[in-house]
Amino acid sequence: MESFLSRYRNLTVLLIVIAGQLLLLAYQVRTNRDVRLIRVWTVSTVTPMAQVLEAVRQNTFGLVENYFVLLGVREENQKLRRELGQQKIQNHFLRTELSTADRAKALSAFAQETPSKTIAARIIGDGTGPNSATVFVDRGSGSGIERGMAVITPDGIVGKVVESYPAASLVQLITDPAFAAGVVSQKNHIHGTLKGLGHSQAIVDYVQNEEKVDVGEWFYTSGYDRVFPRGFPVGQASVVRNGRSVKEIYIRPSGLVGGLEEVLIVLRGVHQAIPDNAPSSTAMYIAPAPPDSGGDARPAGQPPVLKTEADKIRGEYQAIGAWENHPYGALSSKVPDFNVKAPAAALPQTVNPASKPGEPARTGERPNGIEAKKEGAKPKPVATKVNTGATSGPLLVTDPTDADVTDERALQSTLSAATREAKPQASAPARIPPAHARGAQTRDRGAAAAAKPKSAPKPPAIPTPDQR
Amino acid sequence: MSEYSERLLTETPHKSAAQRLRLVVFIIAPILAILFQVYVPRFLPFLAYLELPLLLTIHFALLRREPVSALFYGCIIGLVQDSLSSKPLGMYGIVKTLVGYFAASVSMRFAIETPVITFILSFFFYFFHQFFYWVLARALLGQMVNFDPQQTLVFGVLNAAVALPLFHVLDKFKVAQ
Repeated sequence: MESFLSRYRNLTVLLIVIAGQLLLLAYQVRTNRDVRLIRVWTVSTVTPMAQVLEAVRQNTFGLVENYFVLLGVREENQKLRRELGQQKIQNHFLRTELSTADRAKALSAFAQETPSKTIAARIIGDGTGPNSATVFVDRGSGSGIERGMAVITPDGIVGKVVESYPAASLVQLITDPAFAAGVVSQKNHIHGTLKGLGHSQAIVDYVQNEEKVDVGEWFYTSGYDRVFPRGFPVGQASVVRNGRSVKEIYIRPSGLVGGLEEVLIVLRGVHQAIPDNAPSSTAMYIAPAPPDSGGDARPAGQPPVLKTEADKIRGEYQAIGAWENHPYGALSSKVPDFNVKAPAAALPQTVNPASKPGEPARTGERPNGIEAKKEGAKPKPVATKVNTGATSGPLLVTDPTDADVTDERALQSTLSAATREAKPQASAPARIPPAHARGAQTRDRGAAAAAKPKSAPKPPAIPTPDQR
Repeated sequence: MSEYSERLLTETPHKSAAQRLRLVVFIIAPILAILFQVYVPRFLPFLAYLELPLLLTIHFALLRREPVSALFYGCIIGLVQDSLSSKPLGMYGIVKTLVGYFAASVSMRFAIETPVITFILSFFFYFFHQFFYWVLARALLGQMVNFDPQQTLVFGVLNAAVALPLFHVLDKFKVAQ
């Protein structure tokens, strides 16, 4: 026996080693992937080095990359400053783009918005093996990460934690063939099981052929898998067709579009309702309405001002009443003459679209020959009427329950709008009008000078084309 | 078994030429290779085909010409790779154990110093490695792992091309036994 072993020593050792590994393999498969100590050791050895490499890369190449990005932004801003009119809008747009492009901020905003408790993590490496659909993140059990936790991004789900080590975790992506999660469609709430395919798409299984699912329909997590909270987006159906027994629904995972850098790990999930509308892929900045766009500007947080035909007529009548010193609701007052055309200063902006904010109010003339009041040279702000009379003033607020608006915030909104209208030159920031509007503005300056308040600072004179 | 074949199994004609790497390189090189495989393809995906741990196993086996040490070397590297994957421990371990054993056995019987032989062996063992992993995944785990023979052949050629300069560099760290 000894001679046999010595003669075939190499082969014997090979067989022993292979047998040992086969036993090890069989043991693992039977116990469904328990964490082994050698995994903890090796991952704890390798992942800190990967973290150090990632930190070095960020502090070297990342700085250089950021430097060039900043250079580009600066040049772009300088170019934008040289342009007129829409430059500022474009500049704001670019800044917004830059800020929204910052994934960390986006993740932070999403983490604050979502009711689930999450923790941000960075991907530091890929798992080994062919068809590998696993990644390592830099958060482990030391950060409270446990097996089975969901991994998401603001765009959709990413995967789940399959192993948690002290300083890192192994995340199984939703494209892994062994991945499964419960999903539900948006329109008809069709339930199915999401499975990975090993490539960029996933499939929703166990949906009967009789069920109705459209191409492009969104799928969300159903919450029944006890891993992903209900209501997180999964992706859009790219292919829907009938199969032998169940539908074949292929999904483009929305959480994996554009690559993965940072993710959120759901520490404590909170179920949410399935939204009625499709989630927007990118956050869009909507600028507030410009202050001179027709009187719709109002401070944030105040009730919206609705403009209907009835509002316009009502505002016109209230302006006439205010101009004739008629307090609505008072018993001992004369009925106002509604056939009189009120001066432009007293009319609300929506009634007379020709009058632009920023322009001085022009005195109106009564059609029956009555001279307009001399207040036209120094128009009395409508807000004064509104403030003194409880029910008078051109209040463009439609209340579905009562015509008399008593909301103090609405009154303040109207007051501020009227104040801006009365002192446009003094309060408006210095801005260069567009080239095509400069001539008209210069032509109107003569008429505006008569109506301008004397206390307002005199703007520098710009010669008209005729004067030049 | 004939006397000649017995002598082939027991005697090692190239044993005298066996060499070893410096201890530091012996330990650091596999760690760097595994780190390369984990980290670099994240930023350079086209390098994902590189199987540096396998090339190191082949190089060590060809250098040492000892099947036992080569199979243990391949076993440890494979188990470390398994630890970094979501697959059960032992898949890469078994495959690399066999690669180490067979590479060392080949080096005992053939002169493998020429680049052509090194290229052919690297190509062959890469294909063997991928194919045997696919067989194990199907047979033991019941998993459907993709195996494209044409792609594997191309990757084998690329890995063999990388193996030549890599082995040349590693040879500079060897110490005569």
